[in-house]
Amino acid sequence: MKLSRVVELLKAESVFEEYEDMEIETACGADLMSDVLAFSHSKTMLLTGLTNPQVVRTAEMTDIEVICFVRGKKPVLDTVQLAKEKGIKLFYSKKPLFESCGLLYSNGIRPEKLQEIE
Amino acid sequence: MSSKKLIEEEIERRNFKKGGEVSSKLKSLLRKLGIDTQIIRKISIITYELEMNIIIHSDGGKITAIIANNEIKIIADDDGPGIKDVEKALQAGYSTAEDEIRELGFGAGMGLNNVKNYSDQMDIKTSEDEGTTIKAVLNV
Repeated sequence: MKLSRVVELLKAESVFEEYEDMEIETACGADLMSDVLAFSHSKTMLLTGLTNPQVVRTAEMTDIEVICFVRGKKPVLDTVQLAKEKGIKLFYSKKPLFESCGLLYSNGIRPEKLQEIE
Repeated sequence: MSSKKLIEEEIERRNFKKGGEVSSKLKSLLRKLGIDTQIIRKISIITYELEMNIIIHSDGGKITAIIANNEIKIIADDDGPGIKDVEKALQAGYSTAEDEIRELGFGAGMGLNNVKNYSDQMDIKTSEDEGTTIKAVLNV
């Protein structure tokens, strides 16, 4: 699914003035960053209620290219600056995490395969 | 066997603002060396988890990354209080982090588990007097 369609479904706003459209194949939703770090594949979109710079760092380490903040939360300035520096696209939506994930799932976006936990 | 030190950086206790800077620096270096993307991702995750561990749990420490013939080694060395129960610390979901840390999105009890899962070899040495040294090795 195109990112522009994701933005439409979530009624999301872009934090930056413009964004380049791209394909979103998989997504994950989490407020715990170590849960996100348990994903080993790239090209994931992250949906989260957490807005601090560590969210961007987590995305950077896992090659996540798009972050959408849910529940109407807007990222703090440090987060926005770091995302800009790292080329990570930021969005925010008023929808809660559960609804956002449900909308994307029911429209064809699938979860990433998790690393097996021993 | 030839080996090269890629980074050796001090990590400050509770300096969350800088959290991830060392891992980011290492990631850029590995990209320049032309290392496989999947390997870089695994090393970045390991380093970031270890970096955040030092920030959250220790009194400060150091991250060193060494590249040798067929492996990359990440060493996290800290002056912290030591890990009381290593077996428990390796269990998914076990955490001793306070609420303040959880609010930042950490302390889910997945950190060391992630390090173990992404490494080909992991070794933990810990004591109350000498802090903790974690070595994670990835074959490349």
